[in-house]
Amino acid sequence: MSADAEGDAEAGNDLPSPLDTLWGQDATKLGLLVVGIVALYVIAGTMLDYGVRQQLNSIGLLLFYIAVFAMLALALNLHWGYTGLFNIGIAGFMAVGIYTTAVLSKPAALSEPAAGSVGGFGLPLWVGIIGGVIAASVFGALVALPALRLRADYFAIVTVGLSEIVRFVLLESSFQKGQIAGYFVGLGGGSGLILDFDPTDQLLTVFGLTEPYADFVDGLGATLGIGSNPKPVFDSLLYALLLLVFLLCFYVLLRRTGNSPFGRVLKAIREDEEATKSLGKDTNMFKIKAFMIGAGLMGLGGILFYAEQGAITPNTFRPRITFFVWIALILGGAGSNTGSVMGGAIFAAFLFRGPLFLKNVIEDIFEIDAVNTFGQAIGPLLSSADPLPLLAYTVDNLAQLQLVIMGTVLIYLMHNRPEGLLGHRKEPATSIPLTRPDRSTETTTQAMSDGGPDRVTGGEDDE
Amino acid sequence: MSDTEVDEPAAEANVPDDADVEIDEVESQDSAVEEAAKHTPDALPLRVRDLRKEFGGIVAVDGASFTVREGALTGLIGPNGAGKSTTFNCITGIHEPTSGQIQFQGQDITGLSPNQVANRGLVRTFQIARELEEMTVLENMMLAPKGQRGESLWRSVLPFTRRSVNKQEEEVLERCWEMLEFFEIDHLAYEYAGNLSGGQRKLLELARALLTEPSMLLLDEPFAGVNPSLETRLLEHIHDLRDQGYTFLIVEHDMDLIMQNCEHVIVMHQGKILTEGPPEEVKRNEAVIEAYLGGEVGE
Repeated sequence: MSADAEGDAEAGNDLPSPLDTLWGQDATKLGLLVVGIVALYVIAGTMLDYGVRQQLNSIGLLLFYIAVFAMLALALNLHWGYTGLFNIGIAGFMAVGIYTTAVLSKPAALSEPAAGSVGGFGLPLWVGIIGGVIAASVFGALVALPALRLRADYFAIVTVGLSEIVRFVLLESSFQKGQIAGYFVGLGGGSGLILDFDPTDQLLTVFGLTEPYADFVDGLGATLGIGSNPKPVFDSLLYALLLLVFLLCFYVLLRRTGNSPFGRVLKAIREDEEATKSLGKDTNMFKIKAFMIGAGLMGLGGILFYAEQGAITPNTFRPRITFFVWIALILGGAGSNTGSVMGGAIFAAFLFRGPLFLKNVIEDIFEIDAVNTFGQAIGPLLSSADPLPLLAYTVDNLAQLQLVIMGTVLIYLMHNRPEGLLGHRKEPATSIPLTRPDRSTETTTQAMSDGGPDRVTGGEDDE
Repeated sequence: MSDTEVDEPAAEANVPDDADVEIDEVESQDSAVEEAAKHTPDALPLRVRDLRKEFGGIVAVDGASFTVREGALTGLIGPNGAGKSTTFNCITGIHEPTSGQIQFQGQDITGLSPNQVANRGLVRTFQIARELEEMTVLENMMLAPKGQRGESLWRSVLPFTRRSVNKQEEEVLERCWEMLEFFEIDHLAYEYAGNLSGGQRKLLELARALLTEPSMLLLDEPFAGVNPSLETRLLEHIHDLRDQGYTFLIVEHDMDLIMQNCEHVIVMHQGKILTEGPPEEVKRNEAVIEAYLGGEVGE
């Protein structure tokens, strides 16, 4: 503060950022990963004798989960990977986001709606989405303000507690339906909310593409032999692609955030908050900002996750989904944005969607006919040392064993590679490459004398 | 007990004997602090008055008063548990004093938060060097400079303001390289700070603190855990910097080191200021010898 000179040397220097080349490499890596995963799924689909329709459905769903888990992992990476904020309340922020969007954008009901249904405020969907992001962000601030002084573990308890409070509020029948300024709105209680808006349709309408799209879909559907009513298939593919665009935006935004002096302070807070304070950084402000941005992005993740699903219920937002995102982040490597995307993709493809697919493929190849109960499966092993029924039974229940598999992978990672796939990569938090300036050796002591006139000064705006 | 009761007049009497700073003159400058912010010879020193800090029933600092002279090496010594580190933490805002007043460059900084204290030009290092371990040495350094535009989130993210951030980053980077060269740790620039040896960490911490452009540095046991050759280097750097006009307050329990290097020595014992003065005087003070030999002072 003593340097209040405000010597804002205005910068008009256009330097091409060589980080772009690195970024290009990472993007290539991620692109290849996604293409590889899709190829794997197509091969698996072929083995299962999927028709074109089934293949497209499966790819659409796969890309959808890759995009949402990667987005959520990126948002969590800002909290945990950069700032060291142990947030295990992700589900809460997602719920706040999508519920706000739903209430704002559901069609208005100005007369008492039928029992069990509620209306919204009838605002355009984009207003609802922005509102949802802001609501999640503000909710983040409400969580952060009292909790930031807490140690990491207590902070975690606060976040998970609040996410459960959100769920119980949504379940509460008193908020199920009410009348605000003439609108019959509410949170729907335990039966949830019908999301009677279709984001892809609305988007197409905005761009006036509804007609061309319908023609295109019909034509392509006929060419590919998808059969009657090809629209839902292409809708889900289109939505998945839309989410990949959002994912790209998340990635670019968070990379820029991370590779900047702002991101540097966040990393420093993660390492040692007291030392960071002693260098004059107002760490609380940085923590609140980072937490709000991350919470808003989690809200957006929640909105994009559920907006196309047709309905939401409070119990979707159990802590389980929070831990899915954590597994994705740990897989990829906390602290690395590229790693977060990678983790999201791998989690979605192999841990979330994988077991079900694997089960189908194995059953198809070996033509397994599994018994129905655990007793029938374990019996032959005990009586005649025949493990096959148990194996078949296990394969048949792979989808149910999903959580066990996730847990095993997590334990394995913690033991053997706690830093994840890309966790220990050096991604310096600067907006420029850290090459050594090329200059002849000056009298280095001279440079010491307080920086001289070219000292960097500028307004501190983080107070 | 008379030796332990160093009150305000006594503390001041020690200051101006050969200093070019007259207390009266200095106090008239309260309004002109902004101009005196940097290490100009007539800027105000650090002044601690009747500082008291209690932790529950334990009185860690019991009415300590002292001043630090501008542009000098001042040593704060005392046996373990004398209250040195607590005093330090009170000055730098980590602890809030129970009572008392701390003035820096004529302004009251009592109870300010650590970042506010640091932003006024009073920067500390830690007893156990606190590097940001999973950041490289260069990142550690680049964190420190003040007034970085890119610390505003929007300026960092938006494309049309990013350029000015980049430009400033280059200036910052250049200063960091110069500083690393000055401390002869430039070969470690890309290393994770967590991989540095104890002595290198101390050097890095001092270098990092200097990048905040402080007017005064508080070093908490800068020589603890440092090997002798690095200790010599660190001392050379500190003397160099002192000659450039930086003010130092150094906490140490190694008495010899302080006596050989500081112009002014403050001795703490049991939360109080035992005595202060030039090293030769302090060395002869019987209370000090007694305190270091473990005798109960004043009994």
